[in-house]
Amino acid sequence: MSAFRIGFLPLVDAVLPILAHELGLAKAEGLELALVRDPSWATVRDRLIYGQTDAAHLLAPLAIATSLGLDRPAVPLAAPFMLGLNGNAVTVTPEIAAQLGEDPVWDATRTGHRLAAVARERAAAGRKLRLAVVHRYSSHNYMLRYWLAASGCDVERDVEIVVVPPPFVAEALQSGEIDGSCVGEPWNSVAVERGVGVIVAATARIWSRGVEKLLAMRTATLGERAEEVAMLLRALNKAGEIAADPARRGEVAALLARPEYCDQPAALIERALGDRMVLLPGGPAEPVDDFLVLHREAANFPWRSQAMWLYTQMVRWGHASADLRDLGRAAAVFRPDVYRAVLSGTGAVIPSASEKVEGAISVPTGAGSVTGRLILGPDRFFDGRRFDPDDVESYLEAMLSK
Amino acid sequence: MKIAIVDDSPARAAVIEEGLREAGLSDIVLLTERHGLVARIAAAEPDVILLNLENPSRDMLEESFALSRAIARPIAMFVDQSDERSIAEAVDAGISAYVVDGMRKERIKPVLELAVKRFNAFARLQAELAEARSALAERKLLDRAKAILMKRRGIDEPAAYALLRKQAMDSGRRIAEIAEALVTAENLLGGEP
Repeated sequence: MSAFRIGFLPLVDAVLPILAHELGLAKAEGLELALVRDPSWATVRDRLIYGQTDAAHLLAPLAIATSLGLDRPAVPLAAPFMLGLNGNAVTVTPEIAAQLGEDPVWDATRTGHRLAAVARERAAAGRKLRLAVVHRYSSHNYMLRYWLAASGCDVERDVEIVVVPPPFVAEALQSGEIDGSCVGEPWNSVAVERGVGVIVAATARIWSRGVEKLLAMRTATLGERAEEVAMLLRALNKAGEIAADPARRGEVAALLARPEYCDQPAALIERALGDRMVLLPGGPAEPVDDFLVLHREAANFPWRSQAMWLYTQMVRWGHASADLRDLGRAAAVFRPDVYRAVLSGTGAVIPSASEKVEGAISVPTGAGSVTGRLILGPDRFFDGRRFDPDDVESYLEAMLSK
Repeated sequence: MKIAIVDDSPARAAVIEEGLREAGLSDIVLLTERHGLVARIAAAEPDVILLNLENPSRDMLEESFALSRAIARPIAMFVDQSDERSIAEAVDAGISAYVVDGMRKERIKPVLELAVKRFNAFARLQAELAEARSALAERKLLDRAKAILMKRRGIDEPAAYALLRKQAMDSGRRIAEIAEALVTAENLLGGEP
């Protein structure tokens, strides 16, 4: 049997496939893995859709865009397993950070308003803030825009949003090519370590349980290689348990640090894994709760409501047209049915619903589950808005009328 | 038809350019630097952009193409189902291609096919080069091993070579491995490095 190939980008949240491979978890299930690292999401996507890989660590919105055929012929993708929630941060130059006040990470509302004010001033002076995201179809792009817009910033008018690949963010901050960036770890920490960036927001403070990377495969693969997919999901679930174990954090960080994965110091990688971030150059490591949620609270379960929320943001920013059929196709990328079928009986916590109101929970709350005890953590958006998957139209109307 | 070749390997870019020129395509611009890439592509206004698949600037370029409001807006080169195969070949070779919207695909296809051939030729060349390098290293090793034997045992070169070959055959190993072991041992035992 040939190896099951998984594409990935050098990021901390590629950790579950890497553990499944390196710790022999996939092999124990009977599956040989081969990991393929690439420097751009476009190439991770192309290798997946043209069959050079069988699955990929992918941006959730990019999987939806690929399935909808937003800028190329549609290739239906399926995501039976999420690779984690949150994990990104907004890092700006020390010069911009100085205008945002003390401890910006602790108050996303205040920091958002101040950043919006800086953006307006700069736009009025003819020097728009240039903010980088990692891809057009990334949660980074949608979270940053959501935050700015809800903070009173006219995103299309006041700022310029550009794409910079994660490994080049520190360099781009240093050279003045960009004023800030929303990127995953360890690339914020690399900028802080070089003294060229200050972390002013964690995406976990914008939406406390934000949809992030997923395991994507061609929908056809689910049927053609069902047994291997099941082995892979079971191995990833075990990898999740290990990644969530504080006792193994050092070992996990050391693995990710290796040249063939993130190729960055283990000490930097350990920050995101332990929800303890150094926010400014020379500063102490400070707890940032829920910075990256890799496994607990059924974080790997593909809630279709999260795919639907992403679709509303794609429509909001003109990336997709509002069409109920497309909403259905976007939601169908997430495959809670496959997750349930494969992981029932393994001890994994399995929610009984496939959709939930996003942003409705402010204290840990028990929820219905098929097996295991499901506690959902706070999932609020920083502005208190809720997304009800049964009423997408009025949510979209409210967003578009602004 | 103007073609931009974007590649972080100047050597490969040159090999592709040569191939295109031989085929009579002479309006070519080479871009091998990441800095200012978007601006330079915009200034060059190419009809076709060939990009190595492992170029880290791909996401950045796709974004700039998506934002472009110009009539000559580059789009990813996947035109219809019948092209699936040639695109898959391009991906296998390590190329991604973008063409301006509206460009006739009969004109593009030969360019892409040529680029695929050149990319593959370049990859073969590199593999051969790596092989040649390791062959050269092995020959040097063998020469040193022979010199050691000639000096220590007072024998001539053919005898030294025969000794090495016999040892290799007896132990079921490659002659280069025997030579390496001998040179390492000699170094450890304080012989001339």
